[in-house]
Amino acid sequence: MVGTIRFVLSSLVVLWIPTVGVAQVTDMEQGRRLYESQCGSCHGPQGNGGRGANLAQPQLRRASSDQALFNIIRRGIRGTGMPGSFLSPIQISSIAAYVRTLGQVEPEDIPGNKSRGETTYLSLDCQRCHTVGGYGGAVGPDLDDIGARRNATHLREALIAPEVSLPTSFLQVRVITKDEHIFSGIRVNEDAFSIQFRDLAGRFHSFWKDELNELNKEWQRSPMDSYREKLTKEQMDDLVAYLASLKGLR
Amino acid sequence: MKTLLFVMLMATPVVAQVPYERILDAASEPGSWLTYSGTYGAQRYSTLDQINRENVARLQPSWIYQVRSLEKFEVSPLVVDGVMYITEPPSGVTALDLRTGRPIWSYRRALPEGIVACCGLVNRGVALLDDQVFVGTVDAYLIALDARTGRVRWEVEVADYAMGHAVTVAPLALKDKVIVGIAGGEYGIRGFLDAYDAVSGTRLWRFWTVPGPGEPGHDSWSGDSWKRGGAPTWVTGAYDPELNLLYWGTGNPGPDFIGEVRRGDNLYSESLIALDPDTGELQWYFQFLPHDIHDYDSTQVPVLLDAEFGGEPRKLLLFPNRNAFYYVLDRVTGEFLVGEPFAKQTWAIGLGEGGRPIEIPETIPSKEGALVYPDDDGAANWYSPSYSPQTDLIYQNVREKGGIYYLADATFEPGKLYMGASRRIVPGEDPKGFLRALNPLTGALVWEIEVHSPPWAGLMSTAGGLVFSGTMEGDFFAADAQTGDVLWRFQTGGSIYANPITYFSEGRQFIAIAAGNALFTFALPE
Repeated sequence: MVGTIRFVLSSLVVLWIPTVGVAQVTDMEQGRRLYESQCGSCHGPQGNGGRGANLAQPQLRRASSDQALFNIIRRGIRGTGMPGSFLSPIQISSIAAYVRTLGQVEPEDIPGNKSRGETTYLSLDCQRCHTVGGYGGAVGPDLDDIGARRNATHLREALIAPEVSLPTSFLQVRVITKDEHIFSGIRVNEDAFSIQFRDLAGRFHSFWKDELNELNKEWQRSPMDSYREKLTKEQMDDLVAYLASLKGLR
Repeated sequence: MKTLLFVMLMATPVVAQVPYERILDAASEPGSWLTYSGTYGAQRYSTLDQINRENVARLQPSWIYQVRSLEKFEVSPLVVDGVMYITEPPSGVTALDLRTGRPIWSYRRALPEGIVACCGLVNRGVALLDDQVFVGTVDAYLIALDARTGRVRWEVEVADYAMGHAVTVAPLALKDKVIVGIAGGEYGIRGFLDAYDAVSGTRLWRFWTVPGPGEPGHDSWSGDSWKRGGAPTWVTGAYDPELNLLYWGTGNPGPDFIGEVRRGDNLYSESLIALDPDTGELQWYFQFLPHDIHDYDSTQVPVLLDAEFGGEPRKLLLFPNRNAFYYVLDRVTGEFLVGEPFAKQTWAIGLGEGGRPIEIPETIPSKEGALVYPDDDGAANWYSPSYSPQTDLIYQNVREKGGIYYLADATFEPGKLYMGASRRIVPGEDPKGFLRALNPLTGALVWEIEVHSPPWAGLMSTAGGLVFSGTMEGDFFAADAQTGDVLWRFQTGGSIYANPITYFSEGRQFIAIAAGNALFTFALPE
């Protein structure tokens, strides 16, 4: 009987803790230490990913609520390398609270006018390569929630020196075929025997590697030019304000 | 009527009878695949040559079996008497009709909630002995099934899963025993290797890979760190019946990345241990990496080779290690003979006297972050190498990828990760993967094929002059074992985390590989 009561009580604890909200049981320092020791070998010390998913994002695809995040840390994700854990509910909650901070951009005062910035965005033809709200190209990263993922300083630097902060999956390739045609674009996929990429006009190309004379990977090169000299200070401020206002659909 | 009866008998898979003698003689029965690595010598080489350099370009899928699980599918199938035995992750077993790919029976295990296994709820295969099939489970049981029906004959708890133990290794059956290792090196377990009586399930012996008080090697652990010393045994070993020696690799000491709390050499972590399989007594050991702080588990498949070395015939053991060095040991005595890098590494200047590494302190995990090659996934890992006597080359899939390691807390709590570092990827790095052919006596590179991402597939070579491999991008391919020219490829549609096998069925040679969440078989057109 005692055993049964204890079981019921412990079940209640498990059910109850996450419903009070992560913030109320937060010990952020404990969360950080636990995160680094229990999660960091796969997700990276700042949550930028590795073996595990990138957690430094405003929205976690598999954990749209605190309860979902709690459940994942407790039970793991079947079919992935993410194991369950025997951490206590309080430990899990403190990890979850810390994970929620990883993808947050601190609120900041941004000079510039976002609606003028949107006009600048369109006049520069940014949508040729980038997508906002489902419209645009797929050569550059989607910008739907860029303002939730990156602060104004980062956005400004990316406009001035795009090659410094290239997304990790972003690679410009240039190929010469055996019949001496040259194509270049952004890699979509590659394996031992083939490569696929999208050129700046958005056209998709697919080659077997044995059809190529040359395959050059241009790491640290971006097809986007620097806007340092192309925009006035005011236009730059407006464009950054517009991008910072893009917080995603949810 | 007689004809009909004969046909009916032929159509029904015969009950598997795999006495020890049959596994001993597996090399002379290349139509079957009777034990994890093909033979006890673990060369993962087949004398079948119906599929060969000249015709492999015509290889095509025969049947495909899809598993009911999304976990990584790491199985090495076994094949005997018209039946293929596979495990389905996390801990199921299915017997498949070799002709059609249709299931004959399936065993499914009800698992407790909250199983912890650091790297996925996986399983690498079964063992066969007499009329039984043996499987380890992620809740750390060993189970014996009737090979004919899949019904449970016995099950025995190997260790407590709630402490972080799991069995993912394919057991090794020999004589009247089933040898099984343990996983859990990231959870502060104390490692061991076990032998169970195949008929009764009684544990016959346990060799602790971390010696207890009063045992030789215990003084290589400071304080009571031995209690959480790790040294797991999660990859299937090899066996030399003439020497009656069982060879098994051991994994990292715990915690993985912090050495101060376990001063000393930390025996027998990161070692090759040679045991008497009748008693479990240690005959010799060779420690590849004393006091490891990089998590370079030496849990690879040892490959046994008899060859001329230094002008005399020697019984050798080949071991391409996760730490990026290729080792050759004398398998009679454990003497260190060769140790040369076969992949990019930055953690050691080289190997000193007796093979002891001369380490580079700057690569030790630190508060500021320390870059090291390879990362803790290693230059090699659990997936199998292959040695071909036809080409006299050893083949190894190689990972070249670095990691940056930051010290983190490692407070031991039962069942929780006990590692001591977080890892960041190397910014801007383009990790590389290769299939490499090495000189077996020196480790020198003979040829290589670049395969894009660092691979997790094992290898198999055949007398058809071929070596088979797979990639993370789903390509399963055959290369000329002599030259490394790719002669055939097939896009399976899922990452390959498994070892290929080959077998003969109804006059045709087949190749089998687990890829994505399916088991593929290939043969030449009829």
